[in-house]
Amino acid sequence: MLTVAALTKTYPGPDGPVHVLRGVSLRLAAGETLALTGESGSGKSTLLHLIGGLDAPDGGTITLDGAPVTGLDDRGRAALRRGKVGVVFQQFNLIPSLSVAANIAFQARIAGRHDAVWAQALADRLGLAAHLAKYPEQLSGGQQQRVAIARTLAARPRLVLADEPTGNLDEATADGVLDLMLGLIAETGAGLLLVTHSERLAARMGRRLHLRAGLLA
Amino acid sequence: MTGPVIAALWSHWRRNPLQLFTLLAGLALATALWSGVQAINAEARASYDAAAATLGEGRYGQLIARDGGVIAQDSYVALRRAGWLVSPVVEGRLQGVRLVGIDPLTAPGGIGPVTLGEGADIGAFLAGRGQVFAHPDAVAALADLDADVIVAPDAAPGTAVTDIGVAQRLLGREGQVSRLIVAPVQPLVQRPLAEVAPELDLRPARGGSDIGRLTDSFHLNLTAFGLLSFAVGIFIVHGAIGLAFEQRRPVVRTLRALGVPLGRLVWLMAAELMGLALVAGLAGVALGYVVAAALLPDVAATLRGLYGADVAGALTLRPVWLVSGIAIALGGTALAAGGALWRMTRMPLLASASPRAMSMAAGRGARLQAVGALGLLALAGALALWGSGLVAGFGLLAALLMGAALALPLVLDRVMALGQGRARGVVAGWFWADTRQQLPGLSLALAALLLAMAANVGVATMVSSFRLTFVGFLDRVLTSELYVYTADADQAALLEEWVTPRVDDVLPLYSVARGIAGLPSELYSARDAATYRENWRFLAAVPQVWDVLAAGEGVLVNEQLARRAGLALGDTVAVAADRALPVAGIYGDYGNPIGQAIVTEPLFRALYPDIAATRFGLRIAPEEVAGVRDALRDDFGLPAANIVDQAAIKAFSLSVFERTFKVTTALNVLTLAVAGFAMLMSLLTLATMRLPQLAPVWALGLTRRALGRYELLRAVLLAVLTAALALPLGLALAWVLLAVVNVAAFGWRLPMFFFPADYARLGLFALLAAGLAALWPALRLARTPPAVLLKVFSNER
Repeated sequence: MLTVAALTKTYPGPDGPVHVLRGVSLRLAAGETLALTGESGSGKSTLLHLIGGLDAPDGGTITLDGAPVTGLDDRGRAALRRGKVGVVFQQFNLIPSLSVAANIAFQARIAGRHDAVWAQALADRLGLAAHLAKYPEQLSGGQQQRVAIARTLAARPRLVLADEPTGNLDEATADGVLDLMLGLIAETGAGLLLVTHSERLAARMGRRLHLRAGLLA
Repeated sequence: MTGPVIAALWSHWRRNPLQLFTLLAGLALATALWSGVQAINAEARASYDAAAATLGEGRYGQLIARDGGVIAQDSYVALRRAGWLVSPVVEGRLQGVRLVGIDPLTAPGGIGPVTLGEGADIGAFLAGRGQVFAHPDAVAALADLDADVIVAPDAAPGTAVTDIGVAQRLLGREGQVSRLIVAPVQPLVQRPLAEVAPELDLRPARGGSDIGRLTDSFHLNLTAFGLLSFAVGIFIVHGAIGLAFEQRRPVVRTLRALGVPLGRLVWLMAAELMGLALVAGLAGVALGYVVAAALLPDVAATLRGLYGADVAGALTLRPVWLVSGIAIALGGTALAAGGALWRMTRMPLLASASPRAMSMAAGRGARLQAVGALGLLALAGALALWGSGLVAGFGLLAALLMGAALALPLVLDRVMALGQGRARGVVAGWFWADTRQQLPGLSLALAALLLAMAANVGVATMVSSFRLTFVGFLDRVLTSELYVYTADADQAALLEEWVTPRVDDVLPLYSVARGIAGLPSELYSARDAATYRENWRFLAAVPQVWDVLAAGEGVLVNEQLARRAGLALGDTVAVAADRALPVAGIYGDYGNPIGQAIVTEPLFRALYPDIAATRFGLRIAPEEVAGVRDALRDDFGLPAANIVDQAAIKAFSLSVFERTFKVTTALNVLTLAVAGFAMLMSLLTLATMRLPQLAPVWALGLTRRALGRYELLRAVLLAVLTAALALPLGLALAWVLLAVVNVAAFGWRLPMFFFPADYARLGLFALLAAGLAALWPALRLARTPPAVLLKVFSNER
């Protein structure tokens, strides 16, 4: 489903260019779960952003379901994010002025795939049914993270990219959220690429890769 | 996809109604000030045009009775028979309405409230009871009239026009004519006027509208003020939109991350803003209408008093300024939002959404801003030194104000940095550093305050200087206690003989219209009298100027003539066909549209022996003024209208200025209030973004009450610094208006006076406005529940 080949990315830094990714290649099949670990600054989030079409690489190729992701313009990358990829952000990125229900439905609506029954089911399974009329600022961090997961899965993406999705949760809550996420992803048949620092969470993925100084170890 | 995105964008305003109110109110207030001033101007100009169209005043030559009385209809008939193409006009007051009777068959084209070919029944106009075309404000007063009253919106305010026969009947002036309009094209052969009607004088047509020219000064000032108000408003709108974009930056990022294309987002946000601008623009025009309606009676009274121009006291909703008001609102929003939208298109999807982003972006733009400010101020300097004309004058104003507004945040930043460097104690250091960090968010509101205060200082200085100068000028030109006018030379001779033993001094005023230095001017005489020597002040003069003048070795010229003809002291000008004299003095002559020159009386009489003085100034001890005036009227038989009391003229002039002040003061207060509002809204908007910055300071030991006090102190400190900068800027603005714009527009330069007490009062008012603006956000901060402050930490990752 996903093929990444010889991906490179460089950012300008105060002491000269910083080579964040130096030729990363990987593959991910539909329904497969993959953990991406590495130290801070190793390029994990950058790789996730490039695959999600949030940024453009300097070199290499990315293909999703056989279609090239690299080389797309802003409109094409936006269509990719709407249609095939769902990103669970490290900082939730909920829309503060929309209610929980509207946030959950938002991405599915702009993708033209809103399914009210599925959205309600996600809210129920993620324990958000009692909070649908609330606004994000009225929720705890863990609850906001579950809204972000529900929003991503409501659009039934082909590929879920999750950037430290349980980073601010205690272990028990994090395990619970991850259980729910893995179960729901298995139901949709999507692939999952999870960026995490946690060895414990990484161990629960089908496969794991370690990134060090811009290269896969 | 568009529907959910619109809903998401709109939900921001729904959840932040205060911010929406800021944006709408800022834009509405900016539009209101601009369209209010424009409405007043448009209404006044429409009134002049109607007056000119109705009465033909100034456009055509006129024949008037030399004694100022009425003209016998026989004289009109005699003139027509002698080949003179003249048309009779009779005027009078009827139930408070100015009734004008014209002869539509002989009147030059374009005179009258209606074009008789366009639907008006000329038969009905001329025959039967007659038709009276009246301005809407005059219709009610004419309800009982023995004629058909027809509403004519294009007629001059307070005026009704009818056929001359009807007017003569209604006014009881059968066989009498007030004046005769002289057609611009006359037959080549016609008998001289002195032969046909020696009792009449020809008053030649004046180029352009006389009323219009005289009132242009007032309107120019109002327009300049309108522009300044709009600039203040634009800063407010810019600030409101900038803050709205800053607050929505994370949402924009999220929307893009979820798959909304940038192009569509930009268009939707632009359309959203234009929709809001339309709503605010309509509200602004309505508010401007209220402002104009409230001010118009005073403006109308001022114009009527100053220049005798009739302006309707009620406002008409004119499509031109309605459309221009909306256009200004949309244009202003486009201008203010253009930059923000452009920056959004350049913003990388993964850009930082931290609250510091704005100040960091401001830091990056500071260098560019400094270059812009210096460039504009240099341009202003260059225009002041080398520019000429009205366009350069307004260019100088714009460059000066925009340059100063751009420089303000940089200057304040340097002051904050200085304060931070010299601060003793950790809280003081934090206070200066924190204030410095707030500058980018407050800079637009502070720039609005700077412009509003500078406009106040500048316009107050200009108006007050104008008042002082004009009062001084009146004292100079109205030195005699009484002024009397006689019908002819014979009556003048009798009067001089009769009055001389009854007064301290008699000052005859001889004058003749003639071209001087190639410009239309009037030559006057001045008697060598102590009155002139003691009271006249010159802008420039040779030593012992009165001795030079008395010896017939020099001529005095007014400032307009000197500027337009490029005359300096010592330059020679011809005062008669065979006599030229050097310029010995140049004097201020405010309000006079044409050139004027003065020679000593014996020389004038020698050069123009046929001209007789029919006007006299009489010097009388103040306590004897009333007695002499009564004697002139009762014993000598001079009509009361021919006697003018100097004290009455001065009192009248001063009352006119007081009304002018009321208008400018009201506009000043409004502008300052708008700037205060901008401060309040900026502080309130920033307050919501401030919690993450203030919560750690609170957690480290500062009480909420102390934080509130610091917020108040910060606003007052910034207002004080802004006021300190606004003073020199306002004085520079006054200088530009008095010494550049006025000279370019009217040919005279007004001296500039300073009014420290007024400036101090204004400064206090500005501090009060800033203090009040900061009070609410400060109180809100002081009362913020600890749970809300703690939430800042619970959301941190």
